[in-house]
Amino acid sequence: MVDKVKMARQFTEAIPHAKALGMQFTGIGEGTAEMRMPYDERFVGDPETRVIHGGAVYALLDTTCGAAVIAHPANPGATATIGLRIDYMRAATPGQAIRTRATCYHLTRTVAFVRAEALDDDDSRPVATATGTFTVEGLA
Amino acid sequence: MSRKRPEPVQVVKQRRDDALAALVHGVPYIQFLGIEFDRRGDELTAILPFDDKLIGNPMLPALHGGVTAAFLEVTAVIGLSWSVLWEELERGELDADELISGHLPRLPKTIDFTVDYLRSGLPRDAYARAKVNRSGRRYASVHVEAWQDNRSRAYAQATGHFLMPTRNE
Repeated sequence: MVDKVKMARQFTEAIPHAKALGMQFTGIGEGTAEMRMPYDERFVGDPETRVIHGGAVYALLDTTCGAAVIAHPANPGATATIGLRIDYMRAATPGQAIRTRATCYHLTRTVAFVRAEALDDDDSRPVATATGTFTVEGLA
Repeated sequence: MSRKRPEPVQVVKQRRDDALAALVHGVPYIQFLGIEFDRRGDELTAILPFDDKLIGNPMLPALHGGVTAAFLEVTAVIGLSWSVLWEELERGELDADELISGHLPRLPKTIDFTVDYLRSGLPRDAYARAKVNRSGRRYASVHVEAWQDNRSRAYAQATGHFLMPTRNE
């Protein structure tokens, strides 16, 4: 299991786009992952309010979900997103980092099911939630 | 009764292209991803030029799923916003010069967005078009398709709901 955790961290940190968005790992467990993306003016989606673009939040949630699938003890290898739905409950507060938590709550031989949420500094009111399905792929 | 002479075609084109450019270039995240829009009449095609920082799987290599989602969402928001602005511009209700000088309209807000990944994104340019299926006073529903080398083989599609900005603020 320790190797799996290391693998998930290395795998995700080797992703050029994750690096480009400044994503960091903050936690990983059996089928769970936590990440963080600091506020960055380049990722603003609304020039008037300086709120982060939903697409950047989406990318962070997608990455966290994928990491949770890889970190699942029954998953033999890599994964890819099949479908992912995001509900945006409110605008993220400008200047605050986005934190995400994902759980791979069910895994079959072929499909992984994942739930995730995105938060800013306010723990009680999520910015967005996500539900998705991912592939389960054997080791190449 | 003499009809008003139509404006020269270059003037009309320039005004429309400048308005679109102002809308697109006003959003930092669209600039960060390098997305541009091509206009043919009122039809828009979004273009995502390939860049190494868009890679999600360096082994394959493939575009990051989040990049594809963001590209689809940007295409949906700009497509939806443009469809409303186009009408207002053509009717003369919206002053193009004001828009071009940086007085940008509020953009629609995403309520939910569902992406369907059909194939892995190749390390090449991607294109996308949005279709506004319903555009009400408050809510809108938009479908987007993205493809790469082959228009008939979409590599991802998405549907989203959007909250329309309040007018006459």
